Amino acid sequence: MIGFDELVRRFAGLERGELVRWVENRWVLPEEPGGETGKRWVFHEVDVARVELILHIRRELAVDDEAMSLVLGLLDQVYSLRRQMRRLCDALERQPPEVRDAIRRALPKAGGDGP
Amino acid sequence: MATQTPYEVLGVKPTATADEIRKAYRKLAKEFHPDLNPGKPAAEARFKAVATAYDLLSDPEKRARYDRGEIDESGAERPRYSYRPHAEGAQGWKYQPEGEVDIGDLDDLFSMFGRGGTRGGGRAGEGFSMPGPDRHYSLTIDFVTAATGGKQRLSLSPDQWLDVTIPPGIEQGQILRLKGKGGPGLGGGPAGDALIEIHIAPHPFFRREGDDIHVELPVSLAEAVLGARVPVPTVTGPVTMTIPNGSDTGAQLRLRGKGIHRKRRGAETSGDQYVTLKVVIGASDDPELAKFLEDWAKQHPTEPRREMGQGTPHGAAA
Repeated sequence: MIGFDELVRRFAGLERGELVRWVENRWVLPEEPGGETGKRWVFHEVDVARVELILHIRRELAVDDEAMSLVLGLLDQVYSLRRQMRRLCDALERQPPEVRDAIRRALPKAGGDGP
Repeated sequence: MATQTPYEVLGVKPTATADEIRKAYRKLAKEFHPDLNPGKPAAEARFKAVATAYDLLSDPEKRARYDRGEIDESGAERPRYSYRPHAEGAQGWKYQPEGEVDIGDLDDLFSMFGRGGTRGGGRAGEGFSMPGPDRHYSLTIDFVTAATGGKQRLSLSPDQWLDVTIPPGIEQGQILRLKGKGGPGLGGGPAGDALIEIHIAPHPFFRREGDDIHVELPVSLAEAVLGARVPVPTVTGPVTMTIPNGSDTGAQLRLRGKGIHRKRRGAETSGDQYVTLKVVIGASDDPELAKFLEDWAKQHPTEPRREMGQGTPHGAAA
């Protein structure tokens, strides 16, 4: 967990106003202790990684703000699906072998026409 | 206190040009050079920091890597914060888009591809799906069915019907919901519900007050005066009831537990049936009875309308 100032210092290419805007756009969701907004933001590891990701996409892929909303929206959907898929996989793994076999048989081949 | 960034060490802005950085470095290097500050460890430390900072910022490639957060101020590799492990970890849920499918709810998972949890949907799965509409019906049932419950068939068309189970004690205007008996869903979506508004036909002699049944029972003059055991209809069939001798019109007798039986949250309750007697003379043109009453009335003057302020049966008003 790090604060706003420390995060800005960590990425020299990151401007303060830029980070504030990202938070306002809800691209990054720091904790706001006591419900206060502004400089008391606390960034968790996932938020720091996300800031780095946004910085990278913005600088190196030259993506502007509008396109960034779209990119992040799609990205969040993909990760959401991956998290859901992981839960499903975890649940499948806990099934007895005969259940797993039945599911395997019921799964259509990728690109196929169904079972 | 966090360590200073190399920009801070050199006292320049992160946007400084290579030239500005070089100038800042030269100025500080002169100021803190160990040879010019003998015996001053603080100055020496400062000089080293300045040298390290300049080493990093004077190399365009290193400076760019530092700006991207790939290396720290000493030039050491910083662990790269790959987003994926975070996004897929427990913390990632924070960035879950609103309204996203929740696999924990299987219905949600099935609906994601337009199926109602059963097979089907099939090819339509790629497209659009939506649940079917609710259908509204009204069904008139007889009084006894409403009281005791039962099955009632609701015809939708000559070859389509719904068998509706009526719970005991259903109320006028109550709406029964039959899940999945409404309009069919589109693209594999679930069917809507049938909503059936219940109307209860009035009964020729039963009346309901809550779970109690009221009935007016005609009895003969002889039965009222002498007492009798008579059959009484109830919603569950006739029972025999004793009429005490000397009963009159308006007398109310209770048949305990002969009202509406129902189960409420596991507990069984039942109402009563109230029987109100109504004396009917029946053979009012019977000469024998007339003869008897002529003598009887003379000896037993009664005033049935006393409370209405009227006089005797053969009073002056006539």
